[in-house]
Amino acid sequence: MSITRDEVAHLARLSRLALGEDELEHFATQLDVIISAVARVQEVAADDIPPTSHALPLTNVFRPDEIRPSLTPQQALAGAPAAEEDRFRVPRILDEEA
Amino acid sequence: MSTDTVMAYDEALAKFEPVLGLETHIELGTASKMFCGCATTFGAQPNTQVCPVCLAFPGSLPVANRAAIEGIIKIGLALNCTIVEWCRFARKNYFYPDMPKNYQISQYDEPICINGHLDVEVEGRTYRIEIERVHMEEDTGKSLHVGGATGRIQGADYSLVDYNRAGIPLVEIVTKPVEGTDVLAPEVAKAYATELRELVRALGVSDVRMEEGSMRCDVNVSLMPRGAKEWGTRTETKNVNSLRSVERAVRSEIERQAAILDEGGRIHQETRHFSEATGTTTSGRSKEEAQDYRYFPEPDLVPMAPSREWVEEIRASLPELPAARRSRVQGEWGLSDLELRDVVNAGALDLIEETIAAGADAGSARKWWMNELSRHATVQGVELAELPITVEQVARIQALVVSGDLNDKLARQVFEGVLAGEGTPDEVVAARGLKVVSDDGALSAIIDQVIADNADTADKIRSGKVAAAGALVGAVMKASRGQADAARARELILEKLS
Repeated sequence: MSITRDEVAHLARLSRLALGEDELEHFATQLDVIISAVARVQEVAADDIPPTSHALPLTNVFRPDEIRPSLTPQQALAGAPAAEEDRFRVPRILDEEA
Repeated sequence: MSTDTVMAYDEALAKFEPVLGLETHIELGTASKMFCGCATTFGAQPNTQVCPVCLAFPGSLPVANRAAIEGIIKIGLALNCTIVEWCRFARKNYFYPDMPKNYQISQYDEPICINGHLDVEVEGRTYRIEIERVHMEEDTGKSLHVGGATGRIQGADYSLVDYNRAGIPLVEIVTKPVEGTDVLAPEVAKAYATELRELVRALGVSDVRMEEGSMRCDVNVSLMPRGAKEWGTRTETKNVNSLRSVERAVRSEIERQAAILDEGGRIHQETRHFSEATGTTTSGRSKEEAQDYRYFPEPDLVPMAPSREWVEEIRASLPELPAARRSRVQGEWGLSDLELRDVVNAGALDLIEETIAAGADAGSARKWWMNELSRHATVQGVELAELPITVEQVARIQALVVSGDLNDKLARQVFEGVLAGEGTPDEVVAARGLKVVSDDGALSAIIDQVIADNADTADKIRSGKVAAAGALVGAVMKASRGQADAARARELILEKLS
């Protein structure tokens, strides 16, 4: 196994995904297949081949410091599940401290 | 909330040695955001400076702001850093509503500027603060916590988020651990933050207003027993929003940690919050689990490879930096170290230099700002720069002194009038009738009266005791309510009594 059930549970918690026991097993098996497949790349990667982070051979793609029109608050909030006073309303972030 | 026991500062320092670390965030003053064209105006209505990119709408892609990269290279160069030849942005993953993407674009193991230093002076000694890294990232949104007792995040019912600030270019400057500051640790921390603010301000890349959050300090403190080699566990204090608070936060953390260690306790590595009201730190939110940001190279942005030509072009464009400027004006104005420090601490350097540029001589410009105007600023509880008087007005008043129209005493009345909103120096002079009386006719009448009133003194002068003339000059000044030309009055007195 290249990824354990515990690691999947940890990632699920970080991603705020509520996965059940069955799902953890299920995804751990699937992810293991994916990771094993990708890991085969390492077999051909020699020390003199740096890891690729970008497929395009480009550097220094910048934009000039110019202001472009923004959305209106109405547009920005149109897809928000909840809004109040032109702000995104989100559920309580932290529980009461002990 | 329990109150921490603390150890008196002197006792804490007798037993332990502090090690500091400072992480400073500076919002760059670019017109548009780091990765999109939204404006960056402070204090705009909520969610009016947002777009698909900074709100992380699906399919939107970031493009880096060239001016921001230029800004961070300026900061790196001014901090004597190496500007790397190649680096990437990285994704810092965390789930928190202030970042709509659920990650922050930052830099991880490839910061754009590395290995610099900044020298600061405290009590006549220079401390070299080593800079570990300066990296580019983006600011987060602002949350308003609703419900609960205190408006704090703990116990809030829900939060309201404004993403205007999300995506504003943010530079993080991280020092290496600072050792050897001993009892001056709080002062060195403050001096570093002060010097860094001056430096960035001089570069013109940020307004570095701590009260508006465009400069924010996180202060790391750990203690080790005297003579120990191994550093203790550190805490990181956030929310330190003024230079004075940097000093207070270090001091209070030293006092708190010393008490715990002295009783055989253990310091928890944690985030703490500084309270301006009490000057102490409290434990921040407890982390449910160890932070796991799962950094990886940002796939939406290509690597940066600042050419050496570009870096040298930027280096050549740097303005005179504060340390060089201070040593220049010290020479030009003939100041002692102490006098220079007073001028810097009073925030008078710019003002004096501009007053000189407006026509005053260095000595007078410094005298007015450091004495007369400093006194008014203290009384009103404001910074010198906030006084309602311009450098041109100060130079004009000095010009009237030089031309003999005013003496120092009358000049002080003109300052008073200008600061009270009575108008320009010339308007105050006219309205208050402040003019040195040097015309002989008017002076002569006053002098005759003074001689008559002080017959004994007049006799002494007649018999050759010229020094006694001072008393009569004083009487003339009093009789003229300060408006007499003292030097001319003296001449006339001696003439009349010779």
